[in-house]
Amino acid sequence: MTQRTVRVAAGQGFWGDWLEAPVRQVQGGPIDYLMLDYLAEVTMSIMQKQKSRDPKLGYARDFVPLMERILPDVAAKGIRVTSNAGGVNPRACAEAVREVARNLGLSRKVRIALVTGDDILPRLDQLLAGGHELRDMDTGRPLSTIRAQVLSANAYLGMAPIVEALRGGAHVVITGRVTDTGLTLGPLFHEFGWDRNDWDKVAAGTVAGHIIECGAQASGGNLLKGWRQVKGLANPGFPVVEARADGSFVVTKHPGTGGVVSVASVSEQLVYEMGDPHSYITPDGIADFTSIRLTQAGRDRVRVSGIKGRERTDKLKVSIAYFYGYKAVGTLVYSWPEAYDKARAADRILRQRLADLGLEYEQILTEFVGVDATHGPLSGPPAPDIPEVQLRIGVRARDKAPVERFTREIAPLVLTGPPSVTGFAGGRPEVQEVVAYWPALIDRTEIEPGVRVEILDP
Amino acid sequence: MATSKPSKRRAPPAVRRSAGPPVRLVQLRYLAHARSGDKGDTANVGLIALEPEFYPVLVKQVTRQRVARHFRGMAKAVERFELPNLNALNFLLHGALDGGGTISLKTDAQGKVYSTALLRMEIPVPADIARRVVKPR
Repeated sequence: MTQRTVRVAAGQGFWGDWLEAPVRQVQGGPIDYLMLDYLAEVTMSIMQKQKSRDPKLGYARDFVPLMERILPDVAAKGIRVTSNAGGVNPRACAEAVREVARNLGLSRKVRIALVTGDDILPRLDQLLAGGHELRDMDTGRPLSTIRAQVLSANAYLGMAPIVEALRGGAHVVITGRVTDTGLTLGPLFHEFGWDRNDWDKVAAGTVAGHIIECGAQASGGNLLKGWRQVKGLANPGFPVVEARADGSFVVTKHPGTGGVVSVASVSEQLVYEMGDPHSYITPDGIADFTSIRLTQAGRDRVRVSGIKGRERTDKLKVSIAYFYGYKAVGTLVYSWPEAYDKARAADRILRQRLADLGLEYEQILTEFVGVDATHGPLSGPPAPDIPEVQLRIGVRARDKAPVERFTREIAPLVLTGPPSVTGFAGGRPEVQEVVAYWPALIDRTEIEPGVRVEILDP
Repeated sequence: MATSKPSKRRAPPAVRRSAGPPVRLVQLRYLAHARSGDKGDTANVGLIALEPEFYPVLVKQVTRQRVARHFRGMAKAVERFELPNLNALNFLLHGALDGGGTISLKTDAQGKVYSTALLRMEIPVPADIARRVVKPR
């Protein structure tokens, strides 16, 4: 007896992932849903900055040309899309996609929904005054200590508004801050009609979402075990979850694509960015990763089952981004002979110059690429005849001036430092603004009543 | 075995205990694969046995203390979790990323190669397992 399956495909592992991947997911085989994650930890702060300059911005603009490419196939095949590309302006993003649908003559076939309510920046002071301290989950510091530097504040929503949007007939669901796992859970709960309080089903969908949320990293990309045997990565197949009503699912990829889906590839993805495996906490519930069973079920098919979960907490996580300071990184390449000694001598000279100028930094970090940049002291000394060593120095400070001056201290080393130096044609390193991440918790009762799902008129 | 084999490998030194079968020091690279990631200033390393039979050895020998010693000067504190269902261990290396994320100046700001850094570590394994993974000259 064949069971009904729902196929959820990952479109990308992050904003900046391979542009072809979502197109090939839509064209390369049958799928029911395409999920696309655009939001890294501090992405919202970039979007807030854009919105403050132009109220029609503040979302992931790349999403719109992608929709232009795939909307005809999406509409013809009845695929639905879930994405947090809305950033801090889901409405503007949804309206831009609607414009694309109209231009393609698809506005009657493609219903677009937007989800709002995650953005708490407008009422942040109100919340603080009301006693919500929004303490940093890692350091315990209260948000009030950096209030003036806060750039964005968004609660992580879960699957509920996505389920509601899909129930309302939406084909494209555009959200602000929603967990990656929520983008996969929403389709599964909608299709199977699972109870939101069925913790094992919540956990199963969460694990499915975690497996596919980094794209090809589950299907042969970045695979350490047997990497030489992985074929066809020029055309990597991004993962597809075939979910069943009992909560088990198969991870696979489209035929004719490169990469591999194996117990090894799925295992490596499961442990990626994992804390305590017993308690993988999301807005929708808690998954126990020690309950997961993996079985190879044919070529490029891994069955995942047995997943157990627990009740969701009474809190939601909040992602806050704040202005921290400035940083810059400069590099130079020293060649054989004695490349490492020359690079070290250059580092000493540069540090001496910075100190003599009275410049102060929160951190000066030197690494020697080719020697210790990846494994530090574990690498041991380099071979004496190493062909080249890249000197890489970074500085970080609260103020801009010392970082700016540092960027002008790299090029002079070429003519005023140790010999056989090259690799400076890239020009002066740029001063970067550092926007840092502040994770906090808030009662879900403060957020959930304000979450809204809106289906746009065509 | 599905791993890629390097062209030259010395037989690891025998470490004879006072009682019990002989053991040899073997690099984790020949016993496990791994993937690492980040959460703030913490790097996590998931260590997965290359063969299920190696997992009990990993559980016994890749202790929190040994890993903390291995990463001394690189991480401030280490936690360990077990995932027997995946033949895996998960290690959290706190304070390993110079602040992590956008703050960090490191090449490996996101902890993506702490995985292979852990695979450098040597552990004592029973000689019969050592013989399977490392060919003597």
